[in-house]
Formats: sequence, C-alpha cells, structure tokens
Amino acid sequence: MIGDALHRSTIADLSRLLSAREVSAVELAHLYLNRIDAHRDLNAFLDVRPEVTLAQAAAADARLACGDATPLTGIPVAHKDIFVTRDFASTAGSRMLAGYMSPFDAAVVENLGAAGMVTLGKLNCDEFAMGSSNENSAYGNVLNPWDKSAVPGGSSGGSSAAVAARIAPVATATDTGGSIREPAAFTGITGTKPTYGRPSRWGMIAFASSLDTAGLMTGSAEDAALVLNAMVGFDARDSTSIDRPPEDYTRSLAQPLNGMRIGVPGEFFGAGLAADVESAIRTALDTYRGLGATLVDISLPNAELGIPVYYVVAPAECSSNLSRFDGVRYGHRAKNYSDLTDMIKKSRAEGLGPEPKRRILIGAYVLSHGYYDAYYIKAQQVRRLIADEFREAFRLCDVIAGPVTTSVAFGFGEKAADPVSMYMSDLYTIPGSLAGIPSMSIPCGFGAHQRPVGLQLMANYFDEARMLNAAHQYQLATDWHRLVPPGF
Amino acid sequence: MLWETVIGLETHAQLSTHSKIFSGVSTKFGAEPNTQASVIDFALPGVLPVLNRGAVERAIRLGLAVGGKINRRSIFARKNYFYPDLPKGYQISQYEIPVVEGGGLTIRVGDVEKFIRLTRAHLEEDAGKSLHEDFAGMSGIDLNRAGTPLLEIVSEPDMRSSAEAVAYARSLHTLVQWIGICDGNMQEGSFRCDANVSVRPLGSDRLGTRCEIKNLNSFRFLERAIEFEVRRQIGLIEDGGRVVQETRLYDPDRDETRSMRSKEDAQDYRYFPDPDLLPLEIADDWVEATRQAMPELPAAMRERFVTDYALAPYDAAALTGGRDIADFFEAMVRHLPTEPKLCANWLMGEVSARVNRDQIGLGAAPVSAQALAGLLARIADGTLSGKMAKEVFDAMWEGGESADALIEQRGLRQISDGGAIEVMVDEVLAANPKSVAEFRSGKDKAFNALVGRVMKAARGKANPAQVNEVLKRKLDA
Amino acid sequence: MSLSLADVARIAHLARIEITATEADRTLAQLNDIFSMIEKMQAVDTTGIEPMAHPLGGHQRLREDLVTETGRRETSLANAPAQRDGLFLVPKVIE
Repeated sequence: MIGDALHRSTIADLSRLLSAREVSAVELAHLYLNRIDAHRDLNAFLDVRPEVTLAQAAAADARLACGDATPLTGIPVAHKDIFVTRDFASTAGSRMLAGYMSPFDAAVVENLGAAGMVTLGKLNCDEFAMGSSNENSAYGNVLNPWDKSAVPGGSSGGSSAAVAARIAPVATATDTGGSIREPAAFTGITGTKPTYGRPSRWGMIAFASSLDTAGLMTGSAEDAALVLNAMVGFDARDSTSIDRPPEDYTRSLAQPLNGMRIGVPGEFFGAGLAADVESAIRTALDTYRGLGATLVDISLPNAELGIPVYYVVAPAECSSNLSRFDGVRYGHRAKNYSDLTDMIKKSRAEGLGPEPKRRILIGAYVLSHGYYDAYYIKAQQVRRLIADEFREAFRLCDVIAGPVTTSVAFGFGEKAADPVSMYMSDLYTIPGSLAGIPSMSIPCGFGAHQRPVGLQLMANYFDEARMLNAAHQYQLATDWHRLVPPGF
Repeated sequence: MLWETVIGLETHAQLSTHSKIFSGVSTKFGAEPNTQASVIDFALPGVLPVLNRGAVERAIRLGLAVGGKINRRSIFARKNYFYPDLPKGYQISQYEIPVVEGGGLTIRVGDVEKFIRLTRAHLEEDAGKSLHEDFAGMSGIDLNRAGTPLLEIVSEPDMRSSAEAVAYARSLHTLVQWIGICDGNMQEGSFRCDANVSVRPLGSDRLGTRCEIKNLNSFRFLERAIEFEVRRQIGLIEDGGRVVQETRLYDPDRDETRSMRSKEDAQDYRYFPDPDLLPLEIADDWVEATRQAMPELPAAMRERFVTDYALAPYDAAALTGGRDIADFFEAMVRHLPTEPKLCANWLMGEVSARVNRDQIGLGAAPVSAQALAGLLARIADGTLSGKMAKEVFDAMWEGGESADALIEQRGLRQISDGGAIEVMVDEVLAANPKSVAEFRSGKDKAFNALVGRVMKAARGKANPAQVNEVLKRKLDA
Repeated sequence: MSLSLADVARIAHLARIEITATEADRTLAQLNDIFSMIEKMQAVDTTGIEPMAHPLGGHQRLREDLVTETGRRETSLANAPAQRDGLFLVPKVIE
C-alpha cells in the first residue's frame, strides 16, 4: 500500500489516496514519524509525541470513514515552535520557555486541526523567530538537507528543512522580515506568506506584532493554496485580523499567464546580488515570458532602506513584546539572585539568547526618551514611503518577481559573528514585510555548491490567488519544486 | 513668607463594565486569588487584546458630562516598565491622543464656587496586586485586578488647598456614579486619587517642584496627605533645602508621606502605539446616542431645584449630592408636588439621619419615596402635627405600613374640629384660674403652660395652631 | 551618532537584562555597527509623511461587554516557577 515514494507525494495526491481509503491517516502518521526518527540528525523537530500524533490520526480516520472529512483530513502537518500548542511544548526556540505547556492552541493550529490535519510535532526555529540561519535556536542548529554544511535559513529553519527532507508534507511557519521566504529559498521549497492580518496571530508567540505573519512551507504552490484555505480566516481574538469572507486560494491556479504583467524591480538586481542567483532568476523570468507573461520594469527606490527601517521597528516592538518573560508567571527563573530586580535581570540574561537580547536593547534605545522621534517615528515614516512604492508599482504590474536572497545558503558560522551581514540576508524580503503584502518563494534552480535558489513573487494586498497562480503555472512548466535532496 | 499650595489630581475610576477591558473575564471584586484572570490577563505567550465597547462608552459618558472634547480617533499606547504585578511588562494606556480632552468641573467650598479644568481622561488597564504577607520572605502576586478597565481623569493644577482638592474629588466621585460609569467604592479601590502637590511663594506664577502622592483611597487620606505634604515642602524650603520631584506614599498610621523606593529610578516608559490595537474610532452617531441616553447632570438638576422648587442653593446642592438622594427627592415631589420644601427637609433630616444610623443606602430604606410623600401629605392637610408625623414615621421605618393605615390604627388623627377644641379650652381655663390671672398680669410664660394643658387634655392630638388661636381669642376676650 | 558604554548600561537596565562588562563592550561595538546601518534612513526626507504603525489602516474592532470566559488558575499557574495558595511568588516587592 505504502510505496517508497509516498512521502514525495503532493498534498493533493495524499488527499486523493486518503479519501479513496488507499492509505489511512494512521499509516501516513507512522510513515512520517518514522522519517522524522530516521532523520533526527537534521534537528528539525523540537518535540515529537507519537501517541498524540497517532491519536489525532485515528480520529482523522474515523472522520474519513464517516464521510465527515475535508480535503486535508489525515494529512500530517508540523508546526513551527512559535505557535503555541496544548499537546506539545512551546518554546519559541528559547531556553526561556523550555518545557512550557500552553493551555490553548494557536488559531492556526486550531484551524488546521479542525480541518482534520494531524500534528507531527513542533519545529525548531531561531529564538523568538529572530534570525536568518536558525543558528539562534537555543536547541541547536538545523541542517540543510541539500548540504548539511549549509544553514537551512531562518527563522523558520526547522520548517524549511522538514519539508525539504519530506519528513513533513507541510509545515507552518512565520514571517516577520523574510523568515518563511529565505529558508524556503535556501532549501528549495515553496514558502508562502499571505497578506498581514489574513491569518490570525492568536497563539503566535509575538516578535514584532505589526509584521508577524503566519504562513506555510510546502512542496508546491498548489499545496500551499490547499492548506491556506483552511489556515487563514477572520479571528475576532486578534484585533489586527482582517474581517473578509473566506476565499478559495486554488480558484485561479489553472489560469494561463497570458497577459499577466510581472514587475521586475531594478533595485533587486544591484551589486549585492550574487551572480549564480541572478542567473537563475533571469532564467526564471525568461520562463515567465515564455508562458505568456509580460515583464515590466518597475522601481522601488526606497526598498533598500527596508533594513534600517526594519531594525528600528521590529526591535522596538520586540523589546516590549518580550518584557513578559520576567520569570514571574512562567518561563525561566534564575536560581541565584539578590532581590526582585536582580531576579528579573538574571532570569532574562540567562533565559534569552544573544540575538533577542541585542534586539531588545536596540528597541529599548530607539523608544527611549529623546530618541523616539529620530528613530521610531522616522522609521515608521520611511515604512510608509516603502509601502506606497509598492502600491504605485502594482498599478503597473500584477505580480512582482525577483530574488529572495542575495546568495544561496551560506555555511554555519559564516555570518554569525557579524549581525549586520546576517541582517543583510533579508534585503529583498523585508520591503514586502514592511508593506504587509503577500509574497512567496518558489525554487527556480541551483547556484554555487548545488544549493537551491528561490524566486520571490509578491502581489498586492489580498491578491494571494493571483500570486499562487503565477507560482503554480511556473511549477507546471518546471521541475525544480519536485526535486528532493539526495538521500531523502 | 506666605506660601501658596498648587494641587492637581489624577483620578483612577474603575469602570463598571461586566468584563475586563481586553479580555472576557468578569471584573467582580473579591474572588479567590488568580481565579478571575484569563490567559490574556496572565499575559501568556501568544495572547492578544480586544477592546471592550462598554469601557469606551463609559469614557464617552464622562467626556459628555464634563463638557470635554471626545476625540473621534484616539490611540492605545504601551507604557513599558517592569513590575511583578504588571504581567506584560507594559500597561496598555493612552498617551499622545487620549479619548477625552478638556472640560471641567465646578466645585464649591463653603459659599465659593470654582471651576477646575480637566486636562484629559484616558482609558487604560489596571495592574494586579502584590501581597506582602510573608510567604517565606517572598511576596505573592494576584492578577485578578489585572486588566480591569480604568479611566484616568487628569485635572489641571487648579486647586489651591486640600479643601478644594477634596471638594473636587467628591464632586468627581459623585459625577462618575451619577452617570453610571463607576461604582465609587473607595474601599475596594474603585476610585482612587494621585495628588500632585507643590508650593510656591504667594504671588509667584512659576510652579514649584511637585511630588506625586500615590493611591489615596479616601477623602480623609487625600486631605491629610496633602496637608502633611504641604507642611513638609514648606518646612524643607524654609530650612534652606529644596523639594525633589518624586513619587510618595501616604502612610495613614503615621499620618505622613514617604518616598517610594520602587520609583527611585528615573522612569523612561518608552511609550509607543500598541501594534496589537488599531486606532479607536468613535463615530458621531455613537456620541449622539450616548448624549441622548445621558441622565440630567447634578449641576443642571441643582439649578432646576432652585428655580422650580424654590429651594435654597445649599439644599439643592445637598439633594444633588448623589443620584440616589436626587432620585428619591424627585419621586417624593412627584407624589406631593405642592410641598417640595417639606419633602427636602424630611429627606435631608429624618430620612438621612436614619439611613446613616442604620448604615444602609437610600435604596435599602424601608420607607419608599411614595410612602414618605403619603406621610407628608398628612402634615400638609393638617391631619398630623410634625411631632405626630415623626412618631408615625418611626413606625413606618420599623414596620413598613402606610401612614394612613398607622394613623387609623393608632387613632393618631389630629383634632382639628373647632368645636371640640373650644370645649377643651373652656375646661382648661376654668380649671386653671391662677394661670389665667398670671397671663393677664403680663406673664407670657403662662400662655405656654395653658397650651400644654390643652394638649395634655387632647392627648397630644389637638392641632397646635388651632389651640393657640382659640386660647388667644378667649384670653383676650 | 554612536552609543557609549553608559548608554548600553542604561538600556540594559531599562530592559532588565543583566550584562557583564565584557558583554557590554562587545554589545557596544555591535550596536554601533547596527546603528550606523540604521542611520542611512535619516537621508530620506519624510516631511509631512504620516508614520505607518499598521500595514493596513482600519480601526479598532470592539468586543461587546460580556463575560465570555472564566478564570483558569490551575492551567495558568501550571507553568509558575514558584507559587503558593494560588499566588505567584516573587522576591519581596518593596514599594
């Protein structure tokens, strides 16, 4: 019944097999639990509880048997450890929250659970989603399945590695400045970030509230559309959740690209872009031309200021969001201290890693008396300029295409000592995050050391369906997304 | 040197909503520790706030009541500081753009009226409580109060004495209960004041360095704390020292203020707009609908009592000192429209005395406004003397029966029959020739003795005015 | 502009993070690198531009004033580092 390559199936295929009862949810759960176990060296998972997974799978089988199933019932999913879960520990990749058990599930977890998806466990990530290489996890590095000497990207490094290694057919992830797209690009998979506010943030451990967006790592754009249908939706518990009717993200997948205008921002092809990446991207753009799309030159002059803006706004918000980790109600508390203030200071010093601390300090500084206008207000003004440039650009084009990263995945330790060079990894992803528009990364070839290259697609607010259409049509014409790292 | 005191008050009124400002948990007071807090109030990872409409509506009511400007768009901001009873490490408050700006209150000290300007009123959440009983050298944290909605009402430094500060606080206390936004319970901390106090040489127009005295939860403490603080500051300056701007706490046991160690750090709250909350927009029609639903305010009602019922301003002020007494009075007058003054006197006199004696609210008084009006109607029509009415009122208070039923039962009907009184007077005059002679020789006191005898003969039921009149007529004859 | 060690100490205290002298030195160097990158945005003229606090405009949704949940002491105290009698315990709070 279970063939050798079942784990390489798309979700659409798995769904068909499940509904035809050719494979059971329990069998699928076993298959992926075994694969997780076999590839523990990747360090993608932080918490796996087979008894929980198998119980959910048995419940999914019961739904399938009584005809109460959705297209996702019985499909396994793994969650980035930024989403809190009742049945698995929720650590955010931090020592601060080692062993923390949430009394409730994140909205995204709830929604996918309600659709009948089966949780495989929790995925490693950079601490509090801060990082671009997953080297900031308190629980160790995640290896890139394509090249174990390379980082899997971050902060959703566990999610990207798990889906690239096909030890999970789909993983949730979060993107604040590129944390879905960059790891997806580094591991040759499809990473999708919807419009800010479309998925609920309820139960997402907050990093930067005005940027944090839940999304998905999948093997294809079609899979992303299928799972997105169940994952996003209005949630009254999140004041920034957008009250719009549900939509079917698969609705435009099959549309041909004739007449689609694809904007190519000149600023994304500057001196910082590595030649191998540029060449893969140019080839992908040619493919689009071949599919009937028109390429349009556009300009996003202030996009390069995305990084300075982001490193004011995100730290400001995170410095406040992470204040709740004080060792009083939950989380790490230092053993030795002299008094209350000392207890809080030591608990935070011990519980938080260097990157969150660095960002908390930047945030405290830019919000402090006398600096607020020069940094925080200024950054929010430039943020608006950047968002306005996107709005202008989308008058000229339907989708924007360009690179996700300046280079292919780098090696462990290459950038860890130099925060600014690490921050530059997100040069092309941050502008879209600041604007809040949907964007994604799809695999489009390989660069140096046979490491994957990602093509970034961006669309206007709420125009996910069109973006997924462009991605899907590309994937119908190419095979990059079907390639699985050797040995997986 | 002569000194002038300058006082501004920041008042925290706990809003009388059913649920908390950002979570759906009850705000009821007195629950077991940490049982009235949700995952939001505990600030567990992943939670988010959603604003309670009821809290906003109460802020609008306050804004309308003080004649302030209700900002159609206001912003929630985070005030960042660490304290173990502040679960998120920040308080959600309003900073640059509050929900209400401006307006003011008229206060009265003695015969003098004064207008105290308000700076602003903003919505915010309360923190939890630290319990200092000894838990093996540690403090306990109870977060039941965390997330309770507060309206912080900030005055301009317009008050010049502790008496004015107390008058302002009382007036605001009355108002917030009047418009139904706060239960005013000061023991439970529903209404508490921080006083900003400074002194300056009389005639100076520069403000002195101020100290903030935190958490004054009774009018007496407010008054004493300000008086102590003023003495302390003047003493400091006169001894060649200077006042340091700081936060102080009033210790009622020692009747003094002392510096708060926990606030020693120069605070830098790093306010910024809360990214979890969008701008609060208040539509004109919401403000209008709220305005329509507002009760008549105490100031307007006071004016009306003076003009419509010809009450003295002092009485009108007393009768509008609370919604309960004002409502009681209006109900009495509805049942006895001809006697507003009599109603006022009885309400402020007999009824208030008993309510105070029994330590109950007017709402729990065993005699309703209608029943009391029924009693006063019997005074007005001469059935009862004032003294008899008091007796009936006592019985009503104890037994809850109507005045007419009691009058009937006890045969308390006053004798106003002219013929019967004539007969009694004739008998008394005949039986007391000595007193009659004394009166005729100029001793006025003898007249009172004769009245007493008649009343005794009538067992107290004779109409005193008629007795006087008949006696006078017969003696002068 | 550049930060001083005193700035680092000040913000570390504001953020309640204990920081050793060695860490402070290293942090100072990193923060100055980061801030010199951040300074680039100062070159843009933003006169009259409204700061963008949220990606999508809109206004706050309001919740009806209803009690919709009950307290959850057991679940919420379950992760407490120190507790007794239903209270979270902390080193003595001094007012």
